[in-house]
Amino acid sequence: MTEPIPGYIGQSVPRREDRRLLTGEGVFVADIQIPGMLHVAIARSQLPHARIIDIDLSAAKCSEGIKLAISGLDILEHLPPIHGMQLVAPPSYRARVTTDILIPDQPLIPHDKVRFVGEPYALVVAESRQLAEDALELIEVDFDPLPPVTGPDDALNELSELLHEDLGRNVAAVLHTKKGRGAEALEAAPHRLKRQFAIHRYAAMPLECRGVVADYDTRTDTLTLWSSTQVVHWVRREVANALGMPEQNVRCIAPDVGGGFGCKGHVYPEDILIAYLARRLRRPVKWIEDRHEHFLNSTHARDNIYDVEVGFDNEGRIQVLTSYFLVDSGAYSPIGAGIAGNSMVHMLGPYDIPNYETGCKVLLTNRTPNAPYRGAGRPEASFAMERAVDLVASELEIDPAEVRFRNMIKAEQMPYEVGLTYRDGEPIVYDSGDYPKALRQALDKLGGLEPFRKRQKDALADGRYLGLGLGCYVEGTGVGPFEGATVKIDPSGKIVVATGACPQGQGHETIFAQVAADIWGVSIDDVYVTVADTAHVTMGFGTIGSRSTVTASGAIQVASHAIQEKVLAIASGILEVAKNDLELRDGGVGVKGVPGMHISYREVAHAARPGWDHSRPEGINAGLEETSYYEPKTVTWAYAANAAIVEVNPATGEILIEHYVAVHDAGVLVNPGMADGQVKGGLVQGLGGGILEEIVYDDHGQLLTGSFLDYLLPTASDVPPITVIHLETPSPLNSLGVKGLGEGGAIAPPVVIANGVCDALRPFKTELNSTPIRPCDIAAVFGDDPLDLLQKSGESLLTRV
Amino acid sequence: MSVTVSITLNGESVSAAVEPSTLLVELIREHFRLTGTHVGCDTSQCGACVVHVNGCSVKSCTLLAVQVEGADISTIESLAKNGRLHPMQQAFKTHHGLQCGFCTPGVIMSALDLIANNPDPSEMEIRNWLEGNLCRCTGYNNIVRAISAGAQAMRG
Repeated sequence: MTEPIPGYIGQSVPRREDRRLLTGEGVFVADIQIPGMLHVAIARSQLPHARIIDIDLSAAKCSEGIKLAISGLDILEHLPPIHGMQLVAPPSYRARVTTDILIPDQPLIPHDKVRFVGEPYALVVAESRQLAEDALELIEVDFDPLPPVTGPDDALNELSELLHEDLGRNVAAVLHTKKGRGAEALEAAPHRLKRQFAIHRYAAMPLECRGVVADYDTRTDTLTLWSSTQVVHWVRREVANALGMPEQNVRCIAPDVGGGFGCKGHVYPEDILIAYLARRLRRPVKWIEDRHEHFLNSTHARDNIYDVEVGFDNEGRIQVLTSYFLVDSGAYSPIGAGIAGNSMVHMLGPYDIPNYETGCKVLLTNRTPNAPYRGAGRPEASFAMERAVDLVASELEIDPAEVRFRNMIKAEQMPYEVGLTYRDGEPIVYDSGDYPKALRQALDKLGGLEPFRKRQKDALADGRYLGLGLGCYVEGTGVGPFEGATVKIDPSGKIVVATGACPQGQGHETIFAQVAADIWGVSIDDVYVTVADTAHVTMGFGTIGSRSTVTASGAIQVASHAIQEKVLAIASGILEVAKNDLELRDGGVGVKGVPGMHISYREVAHAARPGWDHSRPEGINAGLEETSYYEPKTVTWAYAANAAIVEVNPATGEILIEHYVAVHDAGVLVNPGMADGQVKGGLVQGLGGGILEEIVYDDHGQLLTGSFLDYLLPTASDVPPITVIHLETPSPLNSLGVKGLGEGGAIAPPVVIANGVCDALRPFKTELNSTPIRPCDIAAVFGDDPLDLLQKSGESLLTRV
Repeated sequence: MSVTVSITLNGESVSAAVEPSTLLVELIREHFRLTGTHVGCDTSQCGACVVHVNGCSVKSCTLLAVQVEGADISTIESLAKNGRLHPMQQAFKTHHGLQCGFCTPGVIMSALDLIANNPDPSEMEIRNWLEGNLCRCTGYNNIVRAISAGAQAMRG
C-alpha cells in the first residue's frame, strides 16, 4: 500500500527553486555564454534635454574589436519606436473615468533629441564588453542643450520647452472620476482639513540589473531571446512586431531573474535592440546593464504630489474626500496612466466614505521614466490618505486608531460596493475581509492601544519620544485581462504545466506545482512546471501587479479540468465503471470506495495516444494536452493593517522601530511560508523607501544618486523586529479562494513611519507630510542641528558610521 | 598584452592568460565559467560577488586577477559535496533565506567567513557582519535566522 498523497495547498512546501540557486547552478542572463557572442555597450546622454546635432562614430568604428557602431539615425528606418501605450482599459472604464491621454512613443535610440540623463544615443558592438566600452570613449557628439523640464512646476508651465513637440504639451494624461456628490459635499461638512502630501522618487532596485542575450538562427529564421524581464510574452510580441517576424519564430525566455518588483515589467528599448543586432550581425549578442546604467536607465517610481481636502463630522467620520495629484512620470510613460489610475481607485482604502472626487495629471519631465514599483500607485495614495486620517484625528483630539475604526467598512458590509470603476472596467466591489479585525489584531500584537498610550505618556515624562504609527490599505490583486497555461499528461504519467507567469524570486515553480498536484491528486514530485518561456505556452501576460497566484492558478485549473473530462471518459471505458463513480486519486483514476480499482495516469496517457493501439471511447480525440486562458472578470481585494511603535532620538533625529506588525489578508495561502517571505520582503522595501532610499536630481536635471554609495538600500542591521499575522478570508471570486500578495508589504511602511514619528512628536504638533522621513527633519523639530549636537557631545561622527 | 594567472580554484590548480585589467570576478565567471558568483553593483556595496581568497571573504569585483596569483580561491560551487548541500546551504533552504537567489551565494560565502572566526555568532554580530551584503527580496530576517541555524548545524 503506497502512502496517501497529501493536499499541498496550504502547506509550506520547500521551494524547488532553492537547490540550484544555493549551489551556484542558477542561470541568470549574465551567466549565458554562447560561442561567438558579441557584446554591447551603450552611450548614454549626460544631458537631461538636448538636441542632437551630430554624432561622429568614425573613430569608434576603427577601435579594436568593433563589429558595429550605430546611432539613432542608423536605425530610424529599420526600427519603429515602442508605441506609446494607452491606459490598458476596456471601454467600460473610459465610460466612467474621464481620460485625456497622450502617451509619447519611446524611440529605441533617439535621433533628434535626448530627453533624460541616461537615454541612449548610440551603441557599439564588440568582441568583448571591455573593447565595446573603450570604443564608447571615442564617440564624438555635438549636442545643443535645451532648457530642462525638471519637475511638475516646469511641466505645467506653458512657457517650458516641450519634451515631445508632437504632443503639444508636457502632460501625458489627465484623469478624473468621482463618487457620490464629489467635491460638492465639502460645503456641508462640519469640519474641513486641507493638506499637501508629497511622495518622493525612489526605485525598485533589484539586485540583478537588467540584461538581454539574443541568438539568431539563420537556417530556421528564428530568434531566441533571454531577457531579465517579468513579461516574456510582451517582449516577444514587441520584438516580433519590430523585426517583422511571426511571433512563432521568436522565443523569449526569462531564466532565473534576480528580482524585478515592477521595473522589469514592461518592454525596454534594449530588448528590441539586442534582438535586432543578433539578426543583423548573425552572431549571438549580449548586453548586461551595469548598476550605474540601472540607476540612469531602468525605471524609477513614485514621485507624486497630492492636494487633499477632507470633510468630516464631530466624531471624525469622513464624509467627503477630494484628491488632486500630480505624477512626475519622467521623459516617457511606459505603462501609460496605469499607476495614476491605481492611485485614484485605491485612495479610499478600507473606509466607508460616501463622497469622493479625484483627478490627476501625469507629467512629462526630463527625468528617467517612471513605471510601477511594488504597490504601483497604492503606496502614494495610502500615504496621502493615511496621513489625512491621522490629521483628522489630531484635529478632533481623537485617537487615530479610533478614527479608523469609526470609518472602516465592517465585515458585515461585505461584499462592499465602492462606487468607483477598476481599470478592468468593472465596478469595484471589495470581495471579502474584516478590516477592523486586522487593525485590532495589529494593536493587540503591540500590547494594546491603551497600555501603549500610558507607556507613551510615561516615556514623555522621562524625555523619551515614543509614537504609534498606523497604516491601513486595500489592494486590488489578480488583475486580468488573462493568464495562459498549458497542461499535459506526459506519456510517463507525469503532469506537465507551463504558464505565462514570470517569477523573479516569488517561487512560482513551487506554488504552481502545489496547485497542480492538488488538482490532479498526484505527488508534487510528479508535477513538472515551466515558467517564463514563450515556447511552452502560446499566450501569456506575465508577472506584475500581484496577479500570478490568482490568474495562473486559474489557467492551470481551466486547462486541467478540460483534460480531466477526457481522462475520466477513457478511464470509464477501461474500468467499465460510470464516470460519476470515478475520482482522481493516488496518481490516477480510481473507483470511489473501491481501493483496488485504479489505473494510473501513465496508463491513461497510453490509452489516449493517437494511432492503432489506443483505448479511447468513441468521440474522445487523441492526446492529453490543453492550453487554456483564465480571464478573471475583476480583481480580488487583499488588505492589511500595519502598526509600529517607533522612538525618535531628539539629538540625532534617528528613528528606532521597536516593533513593526502587519496583519495581512490575501485569502487562502497556497504556501504560507513563502507568502510570509513575500510580505516581509515587501515591508522592508517599504521601510527603505520611507526612510533611506531617495533618487535625487539637481535643479539642472542631473541625477545625483548613481550608485549604491549614494542610494541607501536597507541592510541587515536596519531591519526592525517584524511580525506578520496572516488572516485567510477566502475570496469568493475563485474556487481556490486566493488573492494576490506580492506587492502588499511595500504599501504601508512609509506612512506608518510618518504617522509614528508625528505621533511621537505630538507635543510639538509636528506634521511630516512628505517622504522620505529624514533624520534632519526630526532633529530640526527640537531646534538643534544634529551635527552640532554630536560634536558638542564629543562623539566622533566617524565612529557612528 | 596578457598575463598568466595561476590559482587554486575550489581545490584544483588552474591557470589562465588574462588582460591585466581583468577582475577576479571576471576570471572566475568568464574564464573558468563558474557563474554562481554574481555582479550586482560594481562599486563594492552589494556583496553578490563574495568569494574566499586564502580563507577570507573578499569582494571579487574589487580585486584584479593578477593580485591573486598563487592564492587559494573558493566559490559557492565548492560547498555542496556529492550532491549534498552544505549545512549552511541547507539552513537557507529550511528557513526560506532566499527568494530570487541573486545575492545568496555572496551572502553564504560571507556567512561562512564569519562562522570560521566566530562559530556561535549572536544575532547582532550576524547583522553587523552582513553590512556588506545587500538583499532586496527577503528583508534579511530569514537570512539572519538561516545563518544562525547553519552555524549551529556546523557546530554539530
